[in-house]
Amino acid sequence: MESGGVAVADTAVIVEGVRKAYGGTPALDGLDLAFARGTVHGVLGPNGAGKTTLVRILSTLLRPDAGRIEVAGHDVVAEAREVRRRIGLLGQHAALDEQLGGRQNLEMFGRLYHLGARHARVRAGVLLERFGLTDTGRKPVRAYSGGMRRRLDLAASLIRDPDVLFLDEPTTGLDPRGRAEVWASVRSLVGGGTTVLLTTQYLEEADQLADRISVVASGRVIADGTADELKAATGGDRIDVVLRDAGQLGAAVALLPLPKSEVTVDPDRRLISAPVTDRMAALSGVVRALEEACVEAEDIALRRPTLDEVFLHLTADRAEEAAWAPTR
Amino acid sequence: MGTYALTDSWTMTRRELAHWARQPGRLVVGLVFPVMLLLMFAYLIGGGRGVSGPYRDYLIPGMLALTMAFGLEGTMLAVTQDLDKGVIDRFRSLPMANGAVLVGRSAADMLQSALGLAILVGVGYTLGWRVHASPGAFLGAMGLLLLLRFAMLWIGIHLALVAGRPELVQAVQILVWPVGFLSNALAAPASMPDWLGTAVEWNPMSRTATAVRELLGGPGGEPGHVWAAVLWPLALLAVFFPLAVRRFARMDRQ
Repeated sequence: MESGGVAVADTAVIVEGVRKAYGGTPALDGLDLAFARGTVHGVLGPNGAGKTTLVRILSTLLRPDAGRIEVAGHDVVAEAREVRRRIGLLGQHAALDEQLGGRQNLEMFGRLYHLGARHARVRAGVLLERFGLTDTGRKPVRAYSGGMRRRLDLAASLIRDPDVLFLDEPTTGLDPRGRAEVWASVRSLVGGGTTVLLTTQYLEEADQLADRISVVASGRVIADGTADELKAATGGDRIDVVLRDAGQLGAAVALLPLPKSEVTVDPDRRLISAPVTDRMAALSGVVRALEEACVEAEDIALRRPTLDEVFLHLTADRAEEAAWAPTR
Repeated sequence: MGTYALTDSWTMTRRELAHWARQPGRLVVGLVFPVMLLLMFAYLIGGGRGVSGPYRDYLIPGMLALTMAFGLEGTMLAVTQDLDKGVIDRFRSLPMANGAVLVGRSAADMLQSALGLAILVGVGYTLGWRVHASPGAFLGAMGLLLLLRFAMLWIGIHLALVAGRPELVQAVQILVWPVGFLSNALAAPASMPDWLGTAVEWNPMSRTATAVRELLGGPGGEPGHVWAAVLWPLALLAVFFPLAVRRFARMDRQ
């Protein structure tokens, strides 16, 4: 069992060999995943990778065709109601009553969690306060900004302090300010010990918020690990060299002591970039080569790869694998 | 199962009442429209073809039945609008009773329909219409009308769940009108070609209208129609209630 070294008693979510097809087209194709309580697990993948299908199955909205899924110790198919008691869901579209106000929404959902009228009212007040929504008055949710709506949606997901919170692309469609608002809210939750599964197609978002990341493509996990591990797994560090004169890019690539097949050149930014194995040797080698050839550099820097590069690397590997085994 | 079914259903009914309070205009339009139709047919269009007796006395029970049938559109629209938004996902991910969403919808619609009936009866009175029946018969007639509405409600919920999108409601609206007019609500079947008259007699709405006329003692009432007005809606319910509930419970298959 691939549970990433997580002890079973501490797992918040276990997903084993889950399949789901829509009219013959597989959305999830044998997906495995497990993560511990008290962590933030990122599921990173492009549109159509199966992220939303996964969240809908985990939150009991969709039945899997095959596989085993446990959330907070309960089977999502056989014990759906037990699971529903323990989860919070923030879907891609605001799951709110748009005609009602913020407080009305939270009180209604509180009653549906069976908190009782008084407790539901108190809880609504606490959450409105916490997400900075107390001064919205009677304004219907329809009139909220995108960021406000998302925060209210998040508040509604937290009414019963869920054991596991699912966030499906929580910042898709938000402007940078809305995104910053949601990130701050998620960070404060994690500080309070909430277990979170977060799907995203923004690599930066996974890097910022998640402890561990599963990279998903075509309904399967193609890589798994911390952001640092994923970066290390795809060629380690990189060196970036920015030249003063774009005309010298070709000559510089020829003379630099870097692996020619893996060098990328961005003429607009006058940038040469390549993976390195020995950081210091590569740095001094590059500096020396440029001095000897009298090529002027504006900037030379060693850095870790971005998750974009990691993702491209991983999906390229997978495309190659598919090309080798086309009939599988 | 069961322990929270009532409280959850009440919470969902309160949600609909809160919508009325938020947008009273919508409710008012829904209530005024049948009154408009009634006045139009009473004074503008209605001739009462084939009706023996004052047309007004024939028309009003017909309009009551027609209004109950047209309630289907409102139900459909409300359900599809809910489905179209993410809020239904939240309801389905909560540990609430499964059917509470539908029960809330039907409770609110029935309340609105009862209110609509009261208003139409009141308007009928100001037009000079009089009920010649015992209080028991009057309540029986109102009960038959609400039973028809209840059957139409579940047809509406089922159609909405099948259609899924508000745009498709328009297609159903186009069909509801001819089906509604293809009844004895506005004209007596005797005035129609034989084949049409037969079709009209079979319309469940006609059965209810005839039974109501019978119970309230107006023209067009024939004895022995009450049972048909009970059985037709019950038959429709027996088909569409389980279909709608099943469809709602299995929405995850979509």
